[in-house]
Amino acid sequence: MDALTQTVLNCRELGVTGVNRALRQLPDGSSVLIAEPRGAHNIGVGMMGKWDITVDGNAGYYLGGLCDGPNFTVNGSVGWGVGENLMSGLIRVIGNASESAGASAHGGLLVITGDASLRCGISLKGGDIAVAGGVGHMTAFMAQAGNILVGGDAGDSLGDSLYEAVIYVGGKVKSLGSDAKISEMTATDVAKVKELAAAAGFDHIDAENVTKVSSAKTLYNFDALKNQRY
Amino acid sequence: MDTQAGVPERLEPERQSATFPLEVIHRIQTMSQTGRYEIRGWGAKRRVPNFDDLTFVTASVSRYPLEGYRERCDTKTVLGSRFASKPLELDIPITIAGMSFGSLSAHAKDALGRAATIVGTSTTTGDGGMTKEERAASKHLVYQCLPSRYGFNPHDVQQADAIEVVVGQGAKPGGGGMLLGQKVSERVAGMRTLPVGVDQRSASRHPDWTGPDDLTIKIAELREATNWEKPIYVKFGATRVANDVKLAIAAGADVVVIDGMQGGTGATQEVFIEHAGIPTLPAVRLAAEAIREVGKTGEVQLIVSGGIRSGSDVAKALALGADAVSIGVASLIALGCNASHYFKDGEEHDATADYLALGTSPGHCNRCETGRCPVGVTTQDPILTERLDPEISKQWVVNYLKALTMELTTLARACGKSSVHNLEPEDLVALTIEAAAMAKVPLAGTSWIPGHSF
Ligand code: SF4
Repeated sequence: MDALTQTVLNCRELGVTGVNRALRQLPDGSSVLIAEPRGAHNIGVGMMGKWDITVDGNAGYYLGGLCDGPNFTVNGSVGWGVGENLMSGLIRVIGNASESAGASAHGGLLVITGDASLRCGISLKGGDIAVAGGVGHMTAFMAQAGNILVGGDAGDSLGDSLYEAVIYVGGKVKSLGSDAKISEMTATDVAKVKELAAAAGFDHIDAENVTKVSSAKTLYNFDALKNQRY
Repeated sequence: MDTQAGVPERLEPERQSATFPLEVIHRIQTMSQTGRYEIRGWGAKRRVPNFDDLTFVTASVSRYPLEGYRERCDTKTVLGSRFASKPLELDIPITIAGMSFGSLSAHAKDALGRAATIVGTSTTTGDGGMTKEERAASKHLVYQCLPSRYGFNPHDVQQADAIEVVVGQGAKPGGGGMLLGQKVSERVAGMRTLPVGVDQRSASRHPDWTGPDDLTIKIAELREATNWEKPIYVKFGATRVANDVKLAIAAGADVVVIDGMQGGTGATQEVFIEHAGIPTLPAVRLAAEAIREVGKTGEVQLIVSGGIRSGSDVAKALALGADAVSIGVASLIALGCNASHYFKDGEEHDATADYLALGTSPGHCNRCETGRCPVGVTTQDPILTERLDPEISKQWVVNYLKALTMELTTLARACGKSSVHNLEPEDLVALTIEAAAMAKVPLAGTSWIPGHSF
């Protein structure tokens, strides 16, 4: 098959299982259009390869979850857990994302051109997330590694119980979560923000003027006598 | 009075307080001195109603037994036949429970995996993901999807033989995992994406779903990612058993795993271990009834764990409705946990002093959380790890699993069953009123099931 021709898989006709099975059968590098997704859950999960997948409309939970490699473009909004546990690849949502976007992602880049809801980047394990708009509360809860760039404002309890992940916020931070602190932007941070913004295709980020949030590391080891606050 | 001042003529007989026995006094002293509550390994240590409180009413004139050692008594066990195109087919209904690399040493995991493969049963990963060694050692490997998602990898999802979505465990239903800094070695930290030496507190909730409706979608996601081939288990700590089982079935589980309050752990708060969850005995009956009530008996399988030690425990769990059991602590004891000696370089060495250094002795140890296991089972220390010879320990686990199976079939044959799965509640009576009420079998010598008949 010519890699330049786009295969069309109709989600209404094939169902999600049919679409996912057909996707796996296409040669690596194929270009695919998933038509009529109609908010279906689990589109394109568990794909290991470099397909180029366009989802033509809104998708439900876990779009592109458990994937290693593919590039997704979603022309619409997505439900919970977009790109959950992503290992590598790019997911670009031209719309908004519901809760737990990029949960536990180990690698890859998740781009949201609108807003992301609660717990964006929860348990993040090395992946990168770039949200053009704002993020809801408890964003980056227990995030372990990776970077989150937020173009707009961040909700309450940002970075609660953070480990080594880092958050950059272009707008206002409503409040910080336990053990999160605002830290100084270094030259490396500025470079990282520029790199993320460029990869995401954002031109509204002033890399020198973002707020960096990282772990204060006061909860790394238990100590009942230190009045640790959780 | 002609005795010396201050020395009483007669000593009062020593009387220990039932409310404040020595153990409680000791605990209060520790808390007041350190400000710490106890964190430890293993499961509940106090006595709770258990399978010992039941006995079999084996064959007599009205039911005839099978010949021991001659007539066949089948132990084959199929798990995941509801939706998975490749269900697990095991030779025995006794599986090895989820225990992580990190909590357990690499040698211990390897020995368990190879032993399970030899007897034809499954092992289960734990927090921190799947190691190459473990995949290679275990023919049937169940891959846990835990709230922490440490080391969770879609490639491992696809090379697992079944997936277990862990909602909770018996030792700490409602709590996340815990691995103290001394066990977070470089390899463990790397697998979990954590800084070395951090006191790791795993999440207690899944990051990407909450509630039964989400669970339905999560299970569907795992099925899609595995092409509907692998059985999906859902594991709970035994609390609100009937509701949890029904919700898991509604969400599309193939297998439900219920871990009673005696279930063990590598490390958690003692208060959690002893004071949360219900015992395995009522849990198995509640779960089996829930499956029956939704009409899924035989379609959805039930695995029960938490304090299973003997073939009689297995037989009783199966009679009350389980399709299989899981063993954790018992398998570690078979590996050498709590033994006074260990074998290294073909020689036996005394480990008593090392137990003493942990403030304990062989037979009383529950200090897995320290990472200083005297016999190399639950440690990441390179020297201590060498105290577990995977070859010798593997054989001990094989012996133990075979002996358990023999005990199980002995009882099943005596009840006249040609398959251990034909054991039924009618084969049992209870020795205590509590057990009669919880297992819903009559008190021995009566027809009385408390709460059901008079
Ligand atoms: S002997 Fe080792 S495995 Fe057994 S309880 Fe003690 S520390 Fe844990």
